[in-house]
Parts: sequence; structure tokens; C-alpha cells
Amino acid sequence: MSDNKYYYAVARIRSRELSLLNEAFIDQLLGAKSIEEAMRLLQDKGWHMPEEYTTESDRVEKMLAAEKQKTWDLIAELVPDMSVFDVLLIENDYHNLKAAVKEALTSDIHHDIYSSGGTIDPKVMNSAIENRDFSLLPEEMRDVAEKALDTLLHTHDGQLTDIIIDKAALSAINAAGKKSGSPVLELYAELKVASADIKTAIRAIKTGKDKNFIKEALAPCESLDTERLANAANEGTDALYDFLSLSKYADAVPELKRSPSAFERWCDNLIIRNIRSEIAHPYTIGPLAAYIIARENEISTVRIVLSGLINDLPEESVRERAREMYV
Amino acid sequence: MGIALALLGAASAALFAGIGSAIGVGRAGQAAAGVVTEEPSQFSRVLILQLLPGTQGIYGLLIAFIALSQLGLLGGQANTSMSVGTGFMYLFACLPMAFVGLVSAMMQSQAAVASIGLVAKRPDQFGKSMIFPAMVETYAILALLVSILALNGIPA
Repeated sequence: MSDNKYYYAVARIRSRELSLLNEAFIDQLLGAKSIEEAMRLLQDKGWHMPEEYTTESDRVEKMLAAEKQKTWDLIAELVPDMSVFDVLLIENDYHNLKAAVKEALTSDIHHDIYSSGGTIDPKVMNSAIENRDFSLLPEEMRDVAEKALDTLLHTHDGQLTDIIIDKAALSAINAAGKKSGSPVLELYAELKVASADIKTAIRAIKTGKDKNFIKEALAPCESLDTERLANAANEGTDALYDFLSLSKYADAVPELKRSPSAFERWCDNLIIRNIRSEIAHPYTIGPLAAYIIARENEISTVRIVLSGLINDLPEESVRERAREMYV
Repeated sequence: MGIALALLGAASAALFAGIGSAIGVGRAGQAAAGVVTEEPSQFSRVLILQLLPGTQGIYGLLIAFIALSQLGLLGGQANTSMSVGTGFMYLFACLPMAFVGLVSAMMQSQAAVASIGLVAKRPDQFGKSMIFPAMVETYAILALLVSILALNGIPA
């Protein structure tokens, strides 16, 4: 891909970066005494305020969905071929595949379980699974869709189905990252897969899964030796921590010891820290990818803060979960 | 043959430096348009930055004019019996401006694009943002001087 295409796009993103939320704003948001005050702060920053809503949670979700849509609308305006960003959208496709496969087992229809913003229309996904017409799906998804559907129909084991789909999703993310030709997106994919593998290993230890199960569940990843990760997970938590301490992800160990949410936060922060150098790149696709990731990150942090306010959580506990900002 | 070589030199100076400037101003123009789309008040600032890579084209034109003038091509009194050696002298005298003009304009556009990004984020740093692409101009000016001195040194 030619990097010479993005002079206009990166310049627009540079201007847009001025309206990204920074650490000081997140501090201010965390200090808000009520959901109304927090919403007012966001409105002052230009965030969308839904006029019609049923509950505060509904209002927040509508606002966040609109903000997400704004980001993708801007990027669609700037980049003619959006396939380069598939790596950021594939997760939604596989989430929808999971939903469609599980829905196929029941007679009920649940439109709200599908996630928008993937590369495949949820209706197409649903139709492909319901009618077993896998040709409607992209080639790389057909086998996994069939396997997951058959597994669920024959075993009724939702967890096993999830593992099949999750692994395929991670492999697809990894492949899309490499295909994008953008070092930022490739790095994003790699970190996403590595952190998911670590999470899987931890979950497998907690649920007492055997080595074969763990090996089956881990997605291939360049920065982590999944064979050794599976062996370490099979031996127990201490062996896993020892293995990670000697890997590129040594900093994850104290966070894993603290709590699952601390580790989640560390994963997101790791991505943000690694993409921050894109602030200085003047004309590649990198700053556009970094902007999308930064927006997703701030949307997720705002969701954490606002949920904390709605549910009256202590400020300190919300602060612990808030992510680092890109700017 | 001599006059053809000399003319090739004059044409190269205008051609390559002009190509470099066209590419450079085009790139910087795209970035400038991006900033103005979001922030129309930045128009005058980014316009100046966009124009910086355009100077090489002017220098190339200047060298071409000097060479054409010395060759008598502007007044219709061309020295068609010019020796091959003299023709080569004109050609080589024009080459610094041709090549340095091409490369420096393209490189200057990269710096101008980065500076336009800087102005987008920190409009108060406009003065400093001008300095980075202006540094590249130094080498275009050095090449211009060399070409002028060399053209003036060619015996009539």
C-alpha cells in the first residue's frame, strides 16, 4: 500500500486529535458528582447527546454508539478502501457469528445480540447460519462457522463453541493485521492476540482445563510461544507467571496478580503506549489507525466512568479501571 | 551538437526543478486542504507552508533563463556552431539546479506536510513550523548559486 495517499487525511486527523480526550479531562470526568455533570462535560467537548432514551444506561449507550459511528464516518470519508481497517472490525464479525450460531439453536429471535460495525451485515450472518449457506460468509469464516454450528448442535457445549470461534477470530485478526501493511495495525493485532492468549491461559487454570484443551484454545502468536504458554498454564499459575516474566509481557504479571480488570487495563494501555508514536507521523495510514484505536479507547473509558456514576461505584475503583489516553 | 547539449542543460534545470516543485506543492496542498477542512481560520498559515516547496521551480526557471540568454536563444541569435565541449559545460552547469531542485523540493514537501500537521495542532507555533521546511531550502539555494557561478564562468 502506498503511504503517499494520506496527506489530506492525516492533516484532518491532526486537527481532530485536538478534540480527543486527554488525561486531565478524564480526571475531571472522574471527579464529576453526578451523571448529569459528566454528560455536561462531554457535551462541552462536542459529544453527541441523545434526546430520546429510556434509562440513563440507554442514554449513555446511545451516546457512545453515536460517537463510535462519528469516528467511522470520518474515516470512511478519508479512506477509499476501508478494508485496511478490517483488523479493527473483525472482532465484531466473530461476535455476531457466535450470536448467530447460538441463536440457531433456539427458536427465538434476538436482534439486540448482534453487534454493529463489523464487515459483514448481521442479517447476512444470521441467514448464512440459519440456512447453513456458508457461501454467504467470507472464505476464511466458512469452515469455522460450520464447525462451530455442528459442535453446538451435537454437544450443546456453548463454551467449546466459543473457544472455536474465539480462536478463529484471533487468527483472523492476526492475518488482517499482517495484510493491512501498516506496522501500527500489525502491532495492534499482535498485542490483541497475545493478550487474549494470556487471558485464555489464566481462565483455563481457574477452570481446571487440561493441556490439550488449552493448546486447542490458544491462537498462534509471534510474540508468545503458545506451546510453552500452554505447558506453563497446565502446570499452574506460578509456572504461568514465571513463563510470562521471561517474555515480552513480563509487566503483565503484577497486573494479573492484582485482578482481571487490572490486566484488561494493562492490555489496553500497552496498545495505546505502542501506537503513541503515530502522533509524529505526517502522512502514513498509521495516524488514522491510531486515531480509531484512540477513539475506541476513550469511548471505552467514558463507558467505565459513566457506568461507575450510574451504579454509584466509588471513584477510586472507577479510576483504577480508566485507561491511559492517546493524547 | 554543442548547442543541443547546452539546451538540454537549460531544459533540465526548468524540467526537474519544476517537477519537484509540482510534486511538493501538490503534497503540501493536500495536507493544507485537510487542515482547512477542519479549521478554515488556518488558511493563510498553511498556504505559506504549502508554497515553500514551490521555490525550486522558480530557481530552475531562473537558471534556464540565464542559460538560454547566454546561448542567444532568447534573442534569436543562437550560436549553432558551439563546440561539444562548451555544450557540455552548459549542461553540467545546469545539473546542480536540476537534480538538487528535484530532490530538495520533494524533501521540503515532507517537512512542509509535517509542519502543516504541527500548525493544525499548535497554531501558535507557526513561526517555528516555518523553520523546518525552510532549512531544506538552503540546499536548493546552494545549488542555485553553483549553477549561476558555473554559467557565468563559461567562456563566451
